[in-house]
Amino acid sequence: MYSFPQGFPDPAIVAIIAALITGCSGIPGLFLRRPGAGQVIAAGLTLLSALAGIPAALVLLLARSAATYTLNWGLPFGACELSIDPLSAFFLIPIYLVAAAGSVFALGYWPAAGNRSTERGLTFFYGILASSMAILVTARNGVLFLMVWEIMALSAYFLLVTEHDREDVRRAGIVYLIATHTGSAALYVLFSLLAAQSGSFLLPAAGSLSALPPAAMAIAVVTFVGFGAKAGIMPLHIWLPSAHANAPSHVSAMMSGVMLKMGLYGIFRTLTFFHDPPLAWGIVLTAAGIISALLGIAFAVAQSDMKRLLACSSIENIGIITAGLGVAMLGISSHNTNLAYLGMAGALLHILNHSFFKPLLFLGSGVIIHAVGTREMNLMGGLAKGMPRAAFLFLIGTVAICGIPPLNGFVSEFLLYFGFFSQLQASSLVYLVLLAPLLALVGGLAVVAFTKLYGSVFLGTPRSPGAAHPHEPGLTMLLPMALFALLCLLAGLMPQMALRLVTPVIGAFMPQAALLNPAEFDVVLGRIGLMALVLLGAAAAAALFWWWRMGSARVTSAPTWGCGYQRATARMQYGATSFSELAVSVFNGIIRQRVKRPGLSGLFPASEQCDDRPTETVLERVIAPLFTLAGVSFAFLRRLQHGRMHVYMIYIFATLFILMLWAH
Amino acid sequence: MTNSIIHIFLAIVMPPLLLGVIAKTKAAFAGRVGAPFLQPYYDILRLLHKGSVFSTTTTWVFRAGPIVALATAAVAALLIPFGAHPSPVSFQGDMILYAYLFALGRFFTMAAALDTGSSFEGMGSAREATYSCLAEPTLFFALITLSRLSGSYSLSPMLVNISFGVWLDSGAALLMLVGGMFIVLLAENCRIPFDDPNTHLELTMIHEVMVLDHSGPALAIIHYAAALKLFVLGAFFVHLALPYATGNPYLDWGLFIISMLELAVVIGVVESVMARLRLIRIPQLLVAATILAAFSTLLVIR
Repeated sequence: MYSFPQGFPDPAIVAIIAALITGCSGIPGLFLRRPGAGQVIAAGLTLLSALAGIPAALVLLLARSAATYTLNWGLPFGACELSIDPLSAFFLIPIYLVAAAGSVFALGYWPAAGNRSTERGLTFFYGILASSMAILVTARNGVLFLMVWEIMALSAYFLLVTEHDREDVRRAGIVYLIATHTGSAALYVLFSLLAAQSGSFLLPAAGSLSALPPAAMAIAVVTFVGFGAKAGIMPLHIWLPSAHANAPSHVSAMMSGVMLKMGLYGIFRTLTFFHDPPLAWGIVLTAAGIISALLGIAFAVAQSDMKRLLACSSIENIGIITAGLGVAMLGISSHNTNLAYLGMAGALLHILNHSFFKPLLFLGSGVIIHAVGTREMNLMGGLAKGMPRAAFLFLIGTVAICGIPPLNGFVSEFLLYFGFFSQLQASSLVYLVLLAPLLALVGGLAVVAFTKLYGSVFLGTPRSPGAAHPHEPGLTMLLPMALFALLCLLAGLMPQMALRLVTPVIGAFMPQAALLNPAEFDVVLGRIGLMALVLLGAAAAAALFWWWRMGSARVTSAPTWGCGYQRATARMQYGATSFSELAVSVFNGIIRQRVKRPGLSGLFPASEQCDDRPTETVLERVIAPLFTLAGVSFAFLRRLQHGRMHVYMIYIFATLFILMLWAH
Repeated sequence: MTNSIIHIFLAIVMPPLLLGVIAKTKAAFAGRVGAPFLQPYYDILRLLHKGSVFSTTTTWVFRAGPIVALATAAVAALLIPFGAHPSPVSFQGDMILYAYLFALGRFFTMAAALDTGSSFEGMGSAREATYSCLAEPTLFFALITLSRLSGSYSLSPMLVNISFGVWLDSGAALLMLVGGMFIVLLAENCRIPFDDPNTHLELTMIHEVMVLDHSGPALAIIHYAAALKLFVLGAFFVHLALPYATGNPYLDWGLFIISMLELAVVIGVVESVMARLRLIRIPQLLVAATILAAFSTLLVIR
C-alpha cells in the first residue's frame, strides 16, 4: 500500500466529494436569472471536480488498496457502505473525464443563449448523471446501488428527451425507458438473490460465494439480463441506436463512453463475488460478446445516420469487451492465469480506450451537426475544407476506433488476439483461437463503416447546400476533442503505461493473475509502442521525401479528373449509402435493408425515388410484437389506472397494510 | 547485422523488379518482346521528376494516402523474414501488427480516393473496403496454422520453421494454405483475376481507379508502395510454397531472390492464362480462400 504524503487529503474522500460537486454543478443554474451563467458555473465545477477526482482515482488505483466508509442512514437495509477499490477507481476515471469534457463542450454546443428552455434542465441532469455513476461504482450496499442506478437511468432519460418536441426523440425515450426498466427489474431480482445468499444487502466480498448452487446460476442469468441491457449486449441492445442518435451529442458521448460501461461494471462486480466460476459462464459471455461485435458492426456498416452508425459501433465495442471478459472467465475457470490476464487486460483496456475515442467521435458528430444541421450522411461532404482542425481530430478517433496502429484501439485488440493465440499450444480450449479470424472480420467491417463515415462527411464535395459553408467550431468544442485525441495517441504510443492502469484491477478478479509477472507483456507492448513510433517516423520520412521531390517541379491545381466527363456534379459522388451498398449485398444474411428500387419503364422514364433503409430486425420483428401481445393480454389492468390521485393513495396504503400483515 | 543490411537493401531495391518480371512473362505469353525488366524502375524515376496536379476538391487527407501506404508497407517489410533469415525486427505477436499494418495503409488509400469526390474513385474504394474485409480472416487462419505448426507467436520463427519435413508431416494443411494464401496474394495486390493493374479507366477496376487523381512523385510513391506490398506478401507466400534452405547464409539469400522471381513468373502466367472475374464472383472466390485456410487450421488443431 502507498502511504499518502502528509498534508494531502485522503484521495477516497476527494473522489467522493468530487462526485458530489459534479452532482450539484447544475443547481446554481436553476436559480440564476442570467442565461448562461449557470452553464459556465456547471462547466467550471465539473472541470474542478475532474481535476481533483482523476488524480485521486489514479492514486487509489495504483495503491491497490480499498478505502471503505460507512454512511449513517436510517433505512432498514443494513449499513450503507461506500468503498473504492481498484475496480471502482478504474471506472471512476472515464466518468470524471468524459463528464468534464462534455460539460465544457456543452458551452459551445448547447449555448444557453439559444436554448433557454432546455439548457437548465440539460445542465442539471448532466451533473446528476455523472454523479450518480460515480456513486454507483463506489456503492457496496445493494439498495444504495439500486437507488443510484435508478437515478442514473432516469437522469439519462431526461437528458435524452431534451428535444421532446420531436416525435422520434419521444419514441426513442420510451423505448429506452422500457428497456432500462426491464433491466432494472432483473436487478431487483439479482440483489434479492444476493441478499438471500450472503444474508445482508451489503455486496458480498470478492470470492466469497460458491458458484455451484442453482441460486448462483439464477444470479448469473439475471446479472446478464439486467446489466447486459444497460451495456447493450445483443440481443438486449434494442434501445441503444435510437437513444444515442437522438440525445444531444455531449450526452451521447456520456451515454456511450461511460453509461454503457456501468452495465459492464455491474457484470465485472458480480463476477468477483464468486470463486471457481463454471466454464459455461465464460462460454456464454464470449459467445454473446463476439456475436454482439459482429452484428453490431455489420449494422453500423448499413447506417446512413451518422450518430446511429456510432451507436451501432458502440454495440460492437461492448461486444469486444464482453468477449474479452468471457475469455478471462474461461481462463479463471480453467486455472490458466495467462489467458485470464490477457483477456481481462484486453477487456479493461478496451473500456478505457472506448471511453477515449467514442466521446471524441460523438463530440465530433455534435460539431458536424452544428455545421450541417442534419445527421444524414448522404447530405454531407467536403467538411474537411471548412473545418480542418475538427476534421483532423475526428480522423484520429476514426483510426483509433478501427483498431489499427499506431493508436490505442489496436493495443486492446492486440491483447485479445494474443490471448486467443496463446491458447494454441495449451492442452485445453484450443478452439478459442478460432475467434481470431472473427475478430479480424469485425476489424475489416469496422474499416468499411468508418471510411464510409469519414469519407462521406468530411471528404469530397458537399452533397447539399447545407453542407456547403461549414465553419470551424470554437475552442470550447475543439479542446475537449483535442484532449481525447491526445489520449488516444498517448495510449497507442505508450501502451505499457496503459497496461499499468489495468493490472491492479485484475487483482480484484484473481490474485494469482496479478502476481503473474506482467514484465513479459510489458515488453511486448513496449515493442508495439516502439513500432508505432517507427511507423510515424517512416511516414514522416516519406512525407519529407515527397516534399523534397515536389519542390523541384511544377505544382498545379485542376478539377478532379472525371475520366473525360466534364460536367460531374456533387451528386455523382459515391454517397454514404452507395459506399456501403456492396458490403451490404455481400453480408446480406446479417445486414437487413429495406430497399425500394424505382421501377423505370419506357424510353423517357419519369423521375423516381430510390430508398435504402437499414432495419432494426430484433426490435421490429421480435420485441415489438411481444410488447403488443403483452399490451393486449394485460389490457384489463388498465382499469386500475384512471388518474384519480386519492385512489392511488389507497392502493399504496392497502399494499403496505397487506405486507405488514404478511410479515407478522 | 549483415543479414539485416541485406534484408533492408533487398526490400528497398528489389520490389519493382517483380513487376518487371511479371510484365515480361505476360509479354512472352503474348508473343511480344515486352518492356525491359527494369522498366518499372524507369517509370518510377521518371514520375519522380514530373510536376504534380492536385484536384481542387482535395485536402491534406489526399496527400496522406501515398505517404501512409508507403510507410505501412515499409514497416511490414521489417517484420517479415526473407528466406531462411529472420527479420530485422521480431517480437511476440508481431504477426498481428503485420496484418493490421495493411489495414492502416488501406484506410488512408481509401480516404484519399474519397477525398477527390470522383464517382470512379468512390466506387474503387467501396470495392476495396468490401473485398479486403473478406480477405482479412484468411490471413488470420493462415497465421493460426503457422503458429500451431511452429509453436511460436512471431512471424520469423513461424515462417522459417516451414521446411520439407513440415510439408511431409502436415502436407494437406499446408497445401490448402498455399491455395488460400495465393488467392489472397492476388486479391490484396490487385492482380488478375481480381483486378487488372494495367488499365485505369474501366469501371471494373479497384486499386488503379482509387489512385486516378495522383500524379508525379505521389504516383511514383504509390507505384513503389504497391510493388513493396507485393514483395512483402510474396515473401510470406514464398515461405509456404517454396521452403528451400541450404544452411549457407549467402546461398540462402540467392535462393530467396530466385524464389521471389519464380513467384513473379507464376503470377505472370496466371495473369496471362486467366481473364478478370466478374465482380459478383470475387466475394465467392475470397470466401473460398477463407474456407481453404479454415480447413488447414482445423487439420492442425484437431
